[in-house]
Amino acid sequence: MKLEVRGLSFSYGPKKVLDNLSFCVEAGEFVSILGPSGCGKSTVLNLLAGLLRPAAGDVLVDGERVEGAGNGRFAYMPQDDLLFPWKTILQNVCLYGKIHGGEKAAREQALAHMAAFGLAGYENAYPGDLSGGMRQRAAFLRTALCRAEILLLDEPFGALDVISRGDMQDWLLSMRADLGRTALLVTHDIDEALYLSDRILILRGSPAQIVREVDVRREGKTRQWLYDQGALKGEIHRCIKAE
Amino acid sequence: MREKKWQKPLPWLMIVALLALWEICVRAFNIPLYVLPGPVDVLSALFANFSTLFSHALVTSSEAALGMLIALALGLLLGVAMDAFPLVRRCLYPILVVTQTVPMIVLAPILIIYLGFGMAPKILTVVLMCFFPVAVNFTDGMAQVGQGYVNLVRSYGASRAQVYKLVKLPAALPPLFSGLRVAATYSISGAVVGEWIGSQSGLGYYLLRVKESYMLDRVFACVLVIIALSLLMNGIVRLCQYIFLPFLRRAKG
Repeated sequence: MKLEVRGLSFSYGPKKVLDNLSFCVEAGEFVSILGPSGCGKSTVLNLLAGLLRPAAGDVLVDGERVEGAGNGRFAYMPQDDLLFPWKTILQNVCLYGKIHGGEKAAREQALAHMAAFGLAGYENAYPGDLSGGMRQRAAFLRTALCRAEILLLDEPFGALDVISRGDMQDWLLSMRADLGRTALLVTHDIDEALYLSDRILILRGSPAQIVREVDVRREGKTRQWLYDQGALKGEIHRCIKAE
Repeated sequence: MREKKWQKPLPWLMIVALLALWEICVRAFNIPLYVLPGPVDVLSALFANFSTLFSHALVTSSEAALGMLIALALGLLLGVAMDAFPLVRRCLYPILVVTQTVPMIVLAPILIIYLGFGMAPKILTVVLMCFFPVAVNFTDGMAQVGQGYVNLVRSYGASRAQVYKLVKLPAALPPLFSGLRVAATYSISGAVVGEWIGSQSGLGYYLLRVKESYMLDRVFACVLVIIALSLLMNGIVRLCQYIFLPFLRRAKG
């Protein structure tokens, strides 16, 4: 599914956060929005997920206008894992099915995916029993089990330590082909954006604008490839800092 | 800091030591029964009057249990109403706080004037005492749910009712149980106060009767029963929490 954002504007009180923001994500593409903290990246995702109402602008999925929370087009994953402490891991990941009345099918689907998400044997555990990385994978599985074509990932690994974050990035990269979804990732981590995405949109300023677009589509990306991108990283960093 | 093994029985030993000291003082100074009975006197009074105490305890505990259930139902209902409609909260919350400042000992006689000497005024006393901790803990629990959770299920397309069913109500259960534990200890004393003011049965009535005849051993025995009942009510609430909130069991390890 192709996502198109046209002329999106939004203000928090008198402060204009976004003004006439437009971009596009092709079907199956993985795009990152990269920018400094507080530049309005998360606001973009909240607007798409329908949690905030834009002052102006349209969101189109395959040419069709979408609006409001729970429009069924987006699977939103916030920064914190937000697993319900009173539900088991299996119940947690089946949340979408529970809301939309397909709990049994969702359970079967979830059980089939447990191993690939590194959660086998933890179906009946509670989130309190899991490590941070496992909880994040569970939150990811919950997102993936939404019957929505476009994933909205809001710094999904931001709460993890550097090592677990790296492991999760490796894991996500290996999962990308299987997921086969269009994805929009928001992050302030240049390495993460380079490593995971096809295209990077750099967001900066107040109100925020997309100041640059970087194509980083490569076959078989590896950590080694990422280490060798020093020049590109420097360039992106300077662009974010507006030097 | 971990409790060392030899420290474990110390709290119990302390109680036994205090009781022994009490008994020794009563005997050594020859204190008469109508001033202070010793623990042995109290225990023998407890066993001698067990069937009487038991039948009165049955009345008191059923008043307390009924009052608790009504307070729970009212607390749940009003809690949801206050959470769903901020105007209801703004109107009712201050009144709730003010009602808690009126001493029960003042209210109980008035309730008896209105409702007679039967069980009704005692149950209402219990309700008035238990309702506040239940309702306040429950609404505060719902109000303190992270907005992130609410946003998450909303982005999944949950209706307003589903937000309550999936997020707010379950999140408010642990604080609700804290409120119930407080209410459980209030409930017995609430019923006893109601009975003390005017009734023909119950532990409060028994307490008043034996106090008037200076049978202090029976007064103390009755107090023991009241303590046991309060602990029992508290234990029942804990048991319910253990059964209904299994995720809390593991968190404590």
